[in-house]
Amino acid sequence: MSRVSPADLPRREISANLYKSGVRAMPVTALVGFLIGVVLSYLSALQLKQFGADIFIVNIIGLGIVRELGPVLVAILVAGRSGSAMTAQLGVMRVTEEIDALATMGVQRGLRLVFPKVVALIVALPLLVLWSTAIALIGGMVSAQVQLDISYGFFFQTLPRVVPAANLWIGLAKGAVFGMFIALVACHFGLRVRPNTESLSSNTTASVVSAITVVIILDAFFAIATRSIGLPS
Amino acid sequence: MNTPVIRIRDLSTRFGEVWIHKGLDLAIERGEMVSLVGGSGSGKTTLLRMVVGLLLPDQGDIEIFGEPLFGGGIARERELRQRFGVLFQHGALFSAFSVFDNIAFPLRELKRYDEDAIHDLVMLKLSMVELLPRHGRLMPAELSGGMVKRVALARALALEPELLLLDEPTAGLDPDRSDSFVRLIRMLGEELGLTVMLVTHDLDTLAALSTKVAVLAEQRILAYGSIDEIMHIDHPFIRNFFLSERSVRALQNSGLPAVPN
Repeated sequence: MSRVSPADLPRREISANLYKSGVRAMPVTALVGFLIGVVLSYLSALQLKQFGADIFIVNIIGLGIVRELGPVLVAILVAGRSGSAMTAQLGVMRVTEEIDALATMGVQRGLRLVFPKVVALIVALPLLVLWSTAIALIGGMVSAQVQLDISYGFFFQTLPRVVPAANLWIGLAKGAVFGMFIALVACHFGLRVRPNTESLSSNTTASVVSAITVVIILDAFFAIATRSIGLPS
Repeated sequence: MNTPVIRIRDLSTRFGEVWIHKGLDLAIERGEMVSLVGGSGSGKTTLLRMVVGLLLPDQGDIEIFGEPLFGGGIARERELRQRFGVLFQHGALFSAFSVFDNIAFPLRELKRYDEDAIHDLVMLKLSMVELLPRHGRLMPAELSGGMVKRVALARALALEPELLLLDEPTAGLDPDRSDSFVRLIRMLGEELGLTVMLVTHDLDTLAALSTKVAVLAEQRILAYGSIDEIMHIDHPFIRNFFLSERSVRALQNSGLPAVPN
């Protein structure tokens, strides 16, 4: 009887969380992605010009953004945006005894409060990575055209050749793993909040700082684990 | 003899080095309205939270309707929890939900009713706590303190529990609201045949609501009986609590004999 049936799955909460932490994060991830793409491309262009290695801009932008910057940037933005919101939400629910009220109704808080957030971020983060990566590449492409006179057509043709598809999969996998950990860290700190304001603020801070640190540590592990995949040898 | 609704046996609680309860026993029979009183820090709310399963005692056991709170799988625990309702001190309404959804929440959790039935049940509960159907659309943040308590009461009663636990039901209400809320609880309690356990330090509430009083002092239930019996016990805490000038006035107003000689 203690099995969870499909009817028990909190679908409403999952979709609400998907909307809040996924759809609503699209403008900010797009803006940041675009600007990072432009800046990275501009700075690289300055260097590459000196060596006459202009066309390598596609490699640098492509690999850097698809494999590293896209997932990490999105994860950091989401940790700051949704991670803090999740911790604060659970924390306030603790302060207002809402979590206690759920418990006295026999509702499992793991299933009702933690699970939807974790699922939502596991799904939303890779999608945001895809979105933000695409826009960052556009930013880089625009900047490369302006700085180095590299045409959009050339950029499009070269990109798949110099950045194997494996890199995209690595980026998306990173997104899913980062999302899971951000949500778990946020819920952990949220449920640790004691019923006072000091505890709420310190746990929210701890949640964001820990989530970002965890993301960067995980990214290092990914870099080691995938060092032989998708890179030109 | 029926099994008591709440039975607490040899309960001990420790916060760090301090014993809050030591060998505490209490049995509450069906149909009683019991006020739990005690000095601040005596562990009244802690005891209430243990009865509803939010805290675990260090020693001893608590049975509700003759059954332990924990064990036997999620389904059994859930079923037992549906037989009692809790009114938290600040209402603990889900702030993301409207009044209607708050009251509907425990009903929807059951997955036994369709939306039409839930609608009717919620409207019934709203009228039970003397609120209007249009109040269902409000969000908790838009409610006054008295209304929050009423909605919370409606939610606690949503599954037609046999036992109602109240944590400071009148705290934070002005005397007028507090009176009407107490009247409402008493009326509903009698109509629905509820067993009620409440924590309070408000004498008006105590005098108006309780059929019995449990005095929590010296880490145990010092005395358990009707208000009248309790007032005749010679103990410093009871003297202070019931026989101070303020208390005497409050008890006189409620029509109880105030000064035992």
